Amino acid sequence: MAETVDSTPCGALIIGGSAGSLDVLLEIFPALRNDIGFPIVLVIHRKASNESLLTDLLKSRTTLEVSEAEEKEFLSPGKVFIAPADYHMLIEEDQSISLDYSEKVNYSRPSIDVTFQSAAEVFREKLVCILLSGSNADGVEGLKSANNFRGRVVIQNPNTAIMPYMPQQAVLNVEPHLILDSHDMADYINKLND
Amino acid sequence: MISDAIDNEQVEILLNDVLESHGYDFLEYSHASIKRRIIRLYGLDNFVSFAEFRYTVKTDKQYFKRFLEEITVNVTEMFRDPSFYKSLRNDVLPVLGTYPFIRIWVAGCSTGEEAYSLAIVLKELNLLNKSLIYATDINPSVLDKAKKGMFPLNYLKQYSENYLQSGGLKDFSTYYTANYSLAKFDESLNSKMIFSTHNLVSDHSFNEFQLILCRNVLIYFDKDLQHKVFNLFDGSIEKLGYLALGSKESLEFWPKAKEYKRVKMEKIWRKL
Repeated sequence: MAETVDSTPCGALIIGGSAGSLDVLLEIFPALRNDIGFPIVLVIHRKASNESLLTDLLKSRTTLEVSEAEEKEFLSPGKVFIAPADYHMLIEEDQSISLDYSEKVNYSRPSIDVTFQSAAEVFREKLVCILLSGSNADGVEGLKSANNFRGRVVIQNPNTAIMPYMPQQAVLNVEPHLILDSHDMADYINKLND
Repeated sequence: MISDAIDNEQVEILLNDVLESHGYDFLEYSHASIKRRIIRLYGLDNFVSFAEFRYTVKTDKQYFKRFLEEITVNVTEMFRDPSFYKSLRNDVLPVLGTYPFIRIWVAGCSTGEEAYSLAIVLKELNLLNKSLIYATDINPSVLDKAKKGMFPLNYLKQYSENYLQSGGLKDFSTYYTANYSLAKFDESLNSKMIFSTHNLVSDHSFNEFQLILCRNVLIYFDKDLQHKVFNLFDGSIEKLGYLALGSKESLEFWPKAKEYKRVKMEKIWRKL
């Protein structure tokens, strides 16, 4: 495993998850400090119809501002942006958000790969990607990009994930900086910019 | 997909070539999206170098057709966002029904699913015979598909569910006949459609409409281009006409937005 202490400031944290990741988010969010110094982006697979459910759930668990991402909106520190159901979400060079209704990737829209890949190029070594529980292989290619651009890759411990397949595929294909259990994640995130 | 096969500078070179050699201007498209489309196509078609890709796009007219079709996003659906179609059915089209003649522009119609959805609602409201739907797209090959009114049969279950949720009154299967893997839609629907190429970036207004539908097209444009297109629409909508956008698109930051009033919760605005 690569070095675990990293003094590069975090420019953006992107969390990708699928089946079994909601429990992790609900564990992480109440424990996050309220002065987080970077934007948090969530790309979570879910049904197209459950539009605001995830946003509402997370809002009730944190003092951070949580909203579904709007196109052309700028990422800003201390805010949580959720990739809307049924759209891919990309990050532009100026850190604004582009939405895209193109073909599904890994049977998914939003696809975790798409957001990881575009953010990797923008934030480079300042990007932190966390991949959570899930039952398909979305996220792996995106983590590779993050690695190529020297971003940090954190993967949920497949042994304790509700659905181990997604983090397992990531561990097999990408060298992570860290493998974390869900109960250690909030602490990790809180200390990112210390 | 290798996400860094082509860099930003190369994207710009390619898009400048496309403008110079073929007259299509993609320079004001959202950069991250169009770059991803370009890299995707480069990978799909197994190019070995950027130079080869660039040369082919620039000089091969036949390949450019493919480039145009793949670089633009042509994913669409019938009765996408059922609540939107419910609002068209209940709030918008009955108002337009009081006019002697209804002119509608579906801008960026792709393979036509939205135009056919609209025609079905008009038909159920007994308005189709006095309506005309202008369906336009930048891309001639998707328009050829749209004219045929044939959609893959395996999507029809989803479309039928969308239709019922949107307040559809009939058995959806009465609108098409299954033909191998395709559903061919009733010709009474496209008898009221006019298909034509139109480039929102470079072409002008060509008529006045009571309703313009342009959904999930503007998300691919940068903010300046979005505002230019809103101005184009503004010059093409009659007073008290309607503008309908995609579920994540908004008039909000456009300077003339205050001259438009939102219809309920949907992404539909009425010109005041």
